[in-house]
Amino acid sequence: MNLKLKIWRQKDPNTRGKFVNYRLRDISADSSFLEMLDVLNEELISKGEEPVVYDHDCREGICGACGLYINGRPHGPDSLITVCQLHMRKFKDGDTIVIEPWRARAFPIIRDLMVNRNAFDALIQEGGYVSVNTGSAPDANAILVKKEHADLSMDAAACIGCGACVAACKNASAMLFVGAKISQLALLPQGKIESNRRVMDMVAKMDELGFGNCTNTGACEAECPKGITLTNIARLNREYYKATF
Amino acid sequence: MVKLNSRIPDGPLAEKWSNYKSNQNLVNPANKRKLDVIVIGTGLAGASAAASLAEMGFKVKSFCYQDSPRRAHSIAAQGGINAAKNYQNDGDSIYRLFYDTIKGGDYRSREANVYRLAEVSNEIIDQCVAQGVPFAREYGGTLDNRSFGGALVSRTFYARGQTGQQLLLGAYQAQARQVKKGNIEMYPRMEMYNLVMVDGKARGIIGRDVITGKLERFSAHAVVLASGGYGNVFFLSTMAMGANASAAWQCYKKGALFGNPCFVQIHPTCIPVHGEAQSKLTLMSESLRNDGRIWVPKKKEDAEGLQKGTLRGGDIPEEDRDYYLERRYPAFGNLVPRDVASRAAKERCDAGYGVNSTGLAVFLDFKDAIERLGKDVIEAKYGNLFQMYEKITDHNPYKVPMMIYPAIHYSMGGIWVDYELHSTIPGLFATGESNFSDHGANRLGASALMQGLADGYFVLPYTIQNYLADEINTPRFKTDIPEFEEAEKEVREQLEKLMAIRGTMSVDTLHKKLGKIMWDGVGMARNKEGLLKAREEIRKLKEVFWFDLKIPGKIDDLNGELQKASRLADFIELGELMAMDALIREESCGGHFREEYQTEEGEALRDDKNMTFVAAWEYKGEDKDPALHKENLDFKYIEVKQRNYK
Repeated sequence: MNLKLKIWRQKDPNTRGKFVNYRLRDISADSSFLEMLDVLNEELISKGEEPVVYDHDCREGICGACGLYINGRPHGPDSLITVCQLHMRKFKDGDTIVIEPWRARAFPIIRDLMVNRNAFDALIQEGGYVSVNTGSAPDANAILVKKEHADLSMDAAACIGCGACVAACKNASAMLFVGAKISQLALLPQGKIESNRRVMDMVAKMDELGFGNCTNTGACEAECPKGITLTNIARLNREYYKATF
Repeated sequence: MVKLNSRIPDGPLAEKWSNYKSNQNLVNPANKRKLDVIVIGTGLAGASAAASLAEMGFKVKSFCYQDSPRRAHSIAAQGGINAAKNYQNDGDSIYRLFYDTIKGGDYRSREANVYRLAEVSNEIIDQCVAQGVPFAREYGGTLDNRSFGGALVSRTFYARGQTGQQLLLGAYQAQARQVKKGNIEMYPRMEMYNLVMVDGKARGIIGRDVITGKLERFSAHAVVLASGGYGNVFFLSTMAMGANASAAWQCYKKGALFGNPCFVQIHPTCIPVHGEAQSKLTLMSESLRNDGRIWVPKKKEDAEGLQKGTLRGGDIPEEDRDYYLERRYPAFGNLVPRDVASRAAKERCDAGYGVNSTGLAVFLDFKDAIERLGKDVIEAKYGNLFQMYEKITDHNPYKVPMMIYPAIHYSMGGIWVDYELHSTIPGLFATGESNFSDHGANRLGASALMQGLADGYFVLPYTIQNYLADEINTPRFKTDIPEFEEAEKEVREQLEKLMAIRGTMSVDTLHKKLGKIMWDGVGMARNKEGLLKAREEIRKLKEVFWFDLKIPGKIDDLNGELQKASRLADFIELGELMAMDALIREESCGGHFREEYQTEEGEALRDDKNMTFVAAWEYKGEDKDPALHKENLDFKYIEVKQRNYK
């Protein structure tokens, strides 16, 4: 298939960016979206131009490195997948595809489509863990967990930290990301012990880092490649109220 | 002259590790905070080592090339992690896990190391559960298990099809806690380009900031490699795009021996290659072989129909299907170890029975399992894998059989280490996939996660103290000394040399050429002639690389092409070493199959008399052949037998 691409190019955080148009020919429908960008980059390199910069690594939808706005949607037109799992068969010959980086104050642009998501690490450092040193754990089956809780906890733990929730949110809120971690740990007996401190610290940090507030729009849930649900935000709120008293 | 000493502790097998721990040197708490440790990589081995060392009180500097430590490629491991808990009451024990691992590795690993691995496996599960890893549970609240290839018991713990992700996030979170406490300095997007040696000891690294392109110096009392495997030497593999061998390769060039480089694992169940633009291969977890049945048509004409697209898998009647693993290996069936399953698939496809347009695929069929257990059960077990398969191939595996083919997946070889995970360079340790140690010539499923975490949580934090105890009087030092100066200069010159080539070929073009040479000559089946040819071709490619490479952009800047070029320069050299290692290993064992050495039935034929050794290679300088050292493997507790999965 033949395609027109409009790609956001920006040299560094302090330089103004702009859309640049490219044309690509003979792209296989079985190629992945990132393989299509590889083809573009090979063409740019052969012309002596600088390739388009974007983050990617595992290319199987689990590391969370890739993340692009494609035609106005985080991770593109398909649902429940990341950009690296998106395949060109979802597009038609002659399509124009608009590609932009995540846009959020807490995720400053580094170059082109690459952004800085260190804020997510900073959030986890604020309490997204169970304080247990290596070697001090009891036998694994000494901690019984209801299967239903383990399953819900796993649903929340599936988050890959890509940032699509923040990018999709009109307030650039990180509530789904934080809610997922709070939920995963609050649902397990191991995580309950620190649950009050965890939720207070992580929510305070979220504000400090420049993430916006949640207004229950649900765009985050709609765009999450791992299907993390709004229930996790509700659980975060519940944990927060519990911790206030 | 290097002398290999594996430093196996005395005493009976089952007491070696506790004897070691009782007698080793330790560092007291007041001294720990005066000692710095550099950890390269933040996968399971790196993150768990960094967290554990920091909890103990050491000051850790942790590095990764990704934008966040959470993205290391351990995250992509799907199926599970082994442990000898015997929660299923099916006769498992530490000895049995040890035995299965040695046998699975085709008797090319050290007894003492593997026994220790089996011994600490149980502690790993305890630790991960305490961290809040949401493992699968039974209704009674206890942990669930599944079975994996090469074992007759169910000892694999899992978190849906995302076990690696959950274990890694557990270690990442433990690490995050120590970052917050100030015990770990985290350096994401910082790639190791050189090892710095002072007075013959590993004392630091030269890093390159991926964003600014600036070279930076970091000092420490010890350096721990946890930089993963080198499967990307084949270009197409299940590794992450950025996974590379360069950190380990720089250490090799500084004097660390490289063990068994030709031992790479080819995973039987990956999604087949679709075309030229393909950038990587996607794994379908081995756990699928619990319920999926692997087959190709019995009749050539059916296979041809499938290849032309005139027939579909479902059109072929039951009696015309060849379930070749069940036929050849009735005892283990579809759950034979990975090397055996991969070779059997290749054998059928080479014979013309492949089932897709390229003829390089076999079926993995869930029809019987869905009829027996119902779609819901299969969905609960493998839902995310089925979804992933459908997104990539546009085929629904609930309705049509999956198509799979083997792909490069894991490297058993790596930096040679002794029992203490200490390399031949004092102060340089190697853990996880970056070392050569525990898997011999073939790794069993669900054992990579086990080894990465064993090394990082329970082995290295102890053994490194035996070294650091002698370093307590070494003060922290500045990096403005000649050794750092020189190491940085070496890196700068190499990068300048790369930028100055100004040829016509992109890095990926050359990398794909290397991949093809490796896959054809040093891949699933090897022979002398092919290996000699591959070595010749790699040398030619090296010349082309240094003559005709093209890198746009600038040196002191974010430059992805320069980053990839630097890695490829190392992969080319490593590729040649792999070919040499495969040449001298005149036998077939595990993932290393030499066509000259096979039984009449086409099974791997070892030469235990002459080949029961670890091949450890010593770098001798540019354009000189490396020197081979042999560490003989001594089997005292296990009878060495021909592997039999029939």
